[in-house]
Amino acid sequence: MAVEKPLKPTWITLRPRGLPFSYRLDRRVPLVALALLAFTLAVLVVSINFGQYNMSLLDVVETLLGTNADHPDARNFNLVVHTFRLPRILVAFLVGAALAASGALMQGITRNPLADPYLLGVSSGAALVAVALIVWLRDLPISLLPWGAFGGALLTAGAIYLLAWKRGSSTPIRLILIGIAVQSVIAAMTTMMLLFGDINDVQQAYVWLTGSVYGRNWEHVHTLGGWLLVFLPVAFLLARSLNTLNLGDETAKGLGMRVEWQRGLLLVVSVALAAAAVAVAGTIGFVGLVAPHVTRRLVGPSHEGLLPVSALFGGALLVLADLIGRWVIAPSELPIGIITAMIGAPYFLYLLYRHR
Amino acid sequence: MSELNAHALTLAYESACIIEEMSLTIPDGQITALVGPNGCGKSTLLRGISRLLKPKQGSVLLDGLDIWKLPTKQLAKQLGILPQGPVAPEGLTVHELVAQGRYPHQSWLQQWSADDERITREALAITGITAFADRPVDTLSGGQRQRAWIAMTLAQDSDLILLDEPTTFLDLAYQIEVLDLLHTLNVERGKTMVMVLHDLNHACRYADFLIAVRDGQIAAHGTPADIVTEPMVRAVFGIDCRIIPDPVTRTPLVVPVGKANKHRKVQPSTNGQHASETALELTKEISL
Amino acid sequence: MATQAKSIARNTTRILGSRALLLPGLFVCVVLLVISLLWSITLGAADITPEVVYTALFNFDESSFDHLIIQTVRLPRVLAGVVVGAALAVAGAIMQGLTRNPLADSGILGINSGAAFAVVLAVFLLGNPPLSVYALFGFIGAGAAAALVYFLGSVGRGGATPLKLTLAGVILSAFISSFTTAILISDQETLDKIRFWTAGSLAGREMPLLTQTVPYIFVGLAGALLISRQITTISLGDDVAKGLGQNTVWVKGIAAMIVVLLAGGAVALAGPIGFVGLVVPHVVRFIVGVDYRWVIPYSALLGAMLVTIADVGARIIIRPQELPVGVMMAFVGAPFFIWLARWKVKR
Repeated sequence: MAVEKPLKPTWITLRPRGLPFSYRLDRRVPLVALALLAFTLAVLVVSINFGQYNMSLLDVVETLLGTNADHPDARNFNLVVHTFRLPRILVAFLVGAALAASGALMQGITRNPLADPYLLGVSSGAALVAVALIVWLRDLPISLLPWGAFGGALLTAGAIYLLAWKRGSSTPIRLILIGIAVQSVIAAMTTMMLLFGDINDVQQAYVWLTGSVYGRNWEHVHTLGGWLLVFLPVAFLLARSLNTLNLGDETAKGLGMRVEWQRGLLLVVSVALAAAAVAVAGTIGFVGLVAPHVTRRLVGPSHEGLLPVSALFGGALLVLADLIGRWVIAPSELPIGIITAMIGAPYFLYLLYRHR
Repeated sequence: MSELNAHALTLAYESACIIEEMSLTIPDGQITALVGPNGCGKSTLLRGISRLLKPKQGSVLLDGLDIWKLPTKQLAKQLGILPQGPVAPEGLTVHELVAQGRYPHQSWLQQWSADDERITREALAITGITAFADRPVDTLSGGQRQRAWIAMTLAQDSDLILLDEPTTFLDLAYQIEVLDLLHTLNVERGKTMVMVLHDLNHACRYADFLIAVRDGQIAAHGTPADIVTEPMVRAVFGIDCRIIPDPVTRTPLVVPVGKANKHRKVQPSTNGQHASETALELTKEISL
Repeated sequence: MATQAKSIARNTTRILGSRALLLPGLFVCVVLLVISLLWSITLGAADITPEVVYTALFNFDESSFDHLIIQTVRLPRVLAGVVVGAALAVAGAIMQGLTRNPLADSGILGINSGAAFAVVLAVFLLGNPPLSVYALFGFIGAGAAAALVYFLGSVGRGGATPLKLTLAGVILSAFISSFTTAILISDQETLDKIRFWTAGSLAGREMPLLTQTVPYIFVGLAGALLISRQITTISLGDDVAKGLGQNTVWVKGIAAMIVVLLAGGAVALAGPIGFVGLVVPHVVRFIVGVDYRWVIPYSALLGAMLVTIADVGARIIIRPQELPVGVMMAFVGAPFFIWLARWKVKR
């Protein structure tokens, strides 16, 4: 009889004393999360520093911390940092976090590693409304755009889900097939508007469609930030159910899970996160697809750790992509959506081939 | 302790009716095996009494309560099911899989209590897989993998465990390994078990109670010694056989009579004796 | 388990249950196609009666305006629709059989994104090229992208497995499209010229263009019919196919080339049109089963009919203006596809 090694679990448990709360994380999570945060902060500072207005890195840090109030250029510094650059970078971070978390949720729900946050038509629905507002209903105020896009995204997701609902369940296959059909129709309507609209408006619409954080301000940061503050913790608490769901519908039912209800809830959270991200920054691709894959290799497939770390990774990725977009053809900038595809694609390919 | 029975149960997929108006009682604290030919409905029956398949008519009662009216988590604390051929996600470790069994005992906020931790370790220890708790489930052998899944249902801590073909697709050695484990769980921990087995001889060996199903109806039920007879095997499985006492366990051993064997030339064995003669000697020795 | 399989099989029996009905069914489809063709020729900005159409085709009178319209504008356009529909449907059927992925169509090999990029580049560099240049660049772009996707999908263990092909296709398409978008958002002129083409259109497709592109498509269709039996075998799985003695590497390679001929030819002729390659094979499999010796010819005919009917809609709905047929395709096909998904997918 072999001597039994003392069992050391591969996770850590957060169990604050006195509180009826406990949460289990893979033990790699704290380190990886810290590393990602540090990386993001570093890129943030560099990114703020980069631009036509010359500031040193030290100036940037001091402006952020508010310790250089008596500097002669303090007002300019504050303007550049706090009004122009910081908000758009923060938006990039929040959007990346939302898309990555949404993508990780979608991949878990559909048990398909190729799923992305736009599976339920979030991108096409938002695009339809956004393009309509830009090209067709031009007299409506532009501040309506994010709300309209958000509404379009939610309505489309709801329509697809309902159409896939039959006799008490909506299986992943039906969702995917019907999602394709509905999105084709919506894309056709969007294309019609792009064909017959004024070319200036159409070009503007194309930029929105590609995904961009140009000109995003503090209002965007606050709204998106508040939204994420509600939905990300909910997603993290649902992570455990997602793990169980991944064992198969029948096993999950055997373990006492109300499968349809949980799946529906998870979909709502995923769509909510993706819709908010798209509403603010347009349909940015690849982040939602790639971030969960990379994170899975770093901290394992357990969703309690995967969801938070994916969010961090997605945020870091977009902050970096924003910097690259502003640097590559400076002083012009390439929209962030193009950068994620140009860089994300080869990287994703490399990832997959390294491990096949 | 836990009484599970079905009344006038009718189960169907779409329009195809598999089980019609079946009533049965699962004996408490014993191992019950559902046997029968392919397509007879035994898997359907198992799913019907486990809340995986909603009955068209009839009811399933656990301790007198309709299982479809109980909250799902409460039912899961009393009744666990291991479906056929379960697949673990890539990269999931054994420890993580077994930990999943604690789901019905957890909530949104209490996601991993000290009790969960303890019971999971126990489940690993009982099934003897603590040594590879950190290995991914998909790197294990068939027998080890099945043990991991059984450990998961053990962590669920239910009195009743239903298993759908737990030994199909496993090598003989692993089949016996799994069945031995289940038997131990029943004897040492008092778990009531219902399992669908396709091997009648295994069923006779390990089960206390058999339910033979054919064409959606119960053809026979009782202890193996009582019901496994040559006429029963012919009626349910459609083959002729001889029934002899199993040399190891004394339970009925079904030896099928096929067409090819009748005229087969007996090859002399290497040590000069005929294999059949050796077997005969063996049975004589044991019965003495 | 067996009872489950039985009930599912019961629900997916093909409509033409008896094999004896398959050949007559094919003739019926041909007749229906010809009828829809002729009907399509009668419709347009100004309707032309069937008798005039008949005379225009068989008793051409150069001085008649209607006859001219038919010969130079409508006939080539309708024929283009037939050819494009057949090509895309067959290409989609082959891709679905090859990748065993019911969501595959020829776009999976990056064909549409490659063609779009090449065409956008051409317009960006050359200013205002004729349609034949669009066709040429479209074909080249399609072929290059497909070759790249196929190459990437074959690298590594196992060769060109369905999963790797799909992944490579999805990723490369997104990659190429990002460059296309980069050009379009920076150059408004190009965007203006290109937007109608990228929606997929049969407008202005005349005989000379047809004679340039149709040979490729014909070769592709012939090839598809010739290897249809191999496609059936390989759709059962690589292992099964190899076990039956098939040289899967060759079959996959040849099938990919045929898809490039078909889909490349289609995109050269009409621009990127989606949906046909995805939906038609599903419908056909539902009617005739999974024997590709029948799936391929039926797909060709049904695909041709779908595009013809969609084009009629495209020409009539907002006449005298017209919608690009690629847009119409979704309106025609999607509701049907949704119904199919609800009915057919049980669990």
